[in-house]
Amino acid sequence: MAQIELSAIRKSFDGTDVLKGIDFRIEDGEFISLVGPSGCGKSTLLRIIAGLEPQNSGEVRIDGRPVDAIRPSARNLAMVFQSYALYPHLSTFDNIAVPLRMRRLSAIERLPLLGPLLPGRRVKERAIRADITAIAEQLDIAPLLRRKPGQLSGGQRQRVAVGRAMVREPRAFLFDEPLSNLDAKLRVHMRAELAELHRRLEATFVYVTHDQAEAMTMSSRIAVMMGGELIQAGTPAQIYNDPSDIRVAEFIGSPKINILPGRIRNDGGIDVLGTALRLACKATAGDCRVGVRPERIELGAGPFSGSVVHLENLGAEAFVHLAIEGTALRLIARLADVRHLPAMGSALAFGFPPDAVRVFDPAGKRIELRAEQAERIREPAHV
Amino acid sequence: MSRTHSVTLRAVLRHVLLIAGAAIMLAPFIWMISTASKPQTEVFSSELHLIPYRFALVENLREAFAKANLLRFLLNGVIVTISIFVLQVMVALPAAYALAKLRFVGRETLFALVLFGILIPPQATAIPVFLLLHKVGLLDSYAALVLPFTISVFGIFLMRQFFKTVPDDLVDAARMDGISEFGIVWRVMLPAAIPAVTAFGIFSVVAHWNDYFWPLIVLNSEQLRTPPLAVAHFRNNEAGTSYGPLMAAAMVIIAPLVIAFLFAQRRFIEGITLTGIK
Repeated sequence: MAQIELSAIRKSFDGTDVLKGIDFRIEDGEFISLVGPSGCGKSTLLRIIAGLEPQNSGEVRIDGRPVDAIRPSARNLAMVFQSYALYPHLSTFDNIAVPLRMRRLSAIERLPLLGPLLPGRRVKERAIRADITAIAEQLDIAPLLRRKPGQLSGGQRQRVAVGRAMVREPRAFLFDEPLSNLDAKLRVHMRAELAELHRRLEATFVYVTHDQAEAMTMSSRIAVMMGGELIQAGTPAQIYNDPSDIRVAEFIGSPKINILPGRIRNDGGIDVLGTALRLACKATAGDCRVGVRPERIELGAGPFSGSVVHLENLGAEAFVHLAIEGTALRLIARLADVRHLPAMGSALAFGFPPDAVRVFDPAGKRIELRAEQAERIREPAHV
Repeated sequence: MSRTHSVTLRAVLRHVLLIAGAAIMLAPFIWMISTASKPQTEVFSSELHLIPYRFALVENLREAFAKANLLRFLLNGVIVTISIFVLQVMVALPAAYALAKLRFVGRETLFALVLFGILIPPQATAIPVFLLLHKVGLLDSYAALVLPFTISVFGIFLMRQFFKTVPDDLVDAARMDGISEFGIVWRVMLPAAIPAVTAFGIFSVVAHWNDYFWPLIVLNSEQLRTPPLAVAHFRNNEAGTSYGPLMAAAMVIIAPLVIAFLFAQRRFIEGITLTGIK
């Protein structure tokens, strides 16, 4: 329904730069998640798209047309807020009716006492009622239409807020952390519901969250923001497996990716904790950081050793916290098989396959590993 | 045992103190009712008794209504206080909304000026305002009673503080739904602020219903008199004040306020519990 383009968006509040030049293009029908830690500017960016906040410079275009001078309601975008922002004095029905009444009724028809007497209003009200009933059926909130927001549970309010957004058939939906006020169980449930809604409506969704799980599970693309900059955008799998920056690697994934200090030798080889990895890169010699996801750590064999300092058994999986021998470093490994947990305090050897390694330079940028070198290293394993 | 004993002693002491306080507050009212019920001879008798020997409340009331057009004065009071309150709300709500929710240069300075305005007693501006009304030719009219009070800095301050507690998301949602800024004030903020408006209404109505000073200086015509002036009319230096009818009239003009206050108080408490919901 709509394609949203952002070019060189800058925003500062009282001299602090919140957004430092965002260029981004949201394709038609995409479910895009803006993720990042709190204060990274993701909500501000969403509010700029919505038109609730003017940017200091840069341009927002919807379907190729600049919308910077257009009021929020005229942009025809719908927004779902973290606090749902339902009008507390209106019933569910009237809450959902507000955007329709504002658009379809004239100012005179909206007058409190005189309005209902006008003949045109009755016809329009009937159309509005039909639209709301249809939406309520879709969202399963038909029995709640007469209640006030105060009488609804968190999940129900969430649905009403989505209904208020849907009813106006907007060009795109904007979500500002809509699930963070719900309890954990409901959040997982609503996650599936929102993803399903997106598939059904085939509309553009822009979804702001600080919860990487929400971003990973629902979106077609994730845009990771840090400190007012958009660092990386890509599919959830790309973001997870192929982070371009150490901050992205650390932000996405739970438990966090393990970061170990490493060194790039003059010949391009990489040492971690004094052990040479069978990998090489083109980068100049010096310090680097090596990241390995917890599920890629192989316990029981390998060049490194550590002792078990903590165990987290979640039933379906377990996390083993290791103190690496001779250092103050800790490392987390995921064990898929919880029936054979190592004993607390026991010493374990561990290692990781070369393709699990992501190397970052001291500034945090990803260092590409040399392909032919990696290939050669794998050869002995194949033989 | 000794502990519960000391606690009850404390409780008794506390209640005695509270009752004493209440008695001091209520004494003038009780005295008013008592005097209103006494015939003229008993009012001036040297002995003090609260309950009259002969009840003369009805006679006093009849005399009070006969001597002055009390109903007209009550109507004046209603017209003036309601007009003042409605206009105050019409000014205070948009102003408070701007001060609480809009970002513009000089907002803090303006708010400081509002706070400063609260410090100025109405008597300080009485003469300039009187002269202004004189120049405009509005003295001795309803307008003279209403206009000087239409901008209530206290009202702006109170509503602004309340609006600060209304979540910004609600305002943004209204903007997304296409409600104009003025529409937000009346359709979103006012319904959310009913408890605060009620509280302000109590202050405003009580203050202007009971106001004696301002009507006394701007009014000449008898038919425009507000209730407090009407009561004062019963004081008569030459013929001697007739206290029975005076007190009866005082009772009559206080009654609407007491009834309205009791009603509003219940609404007020309802309103406060209403704001507990998100």
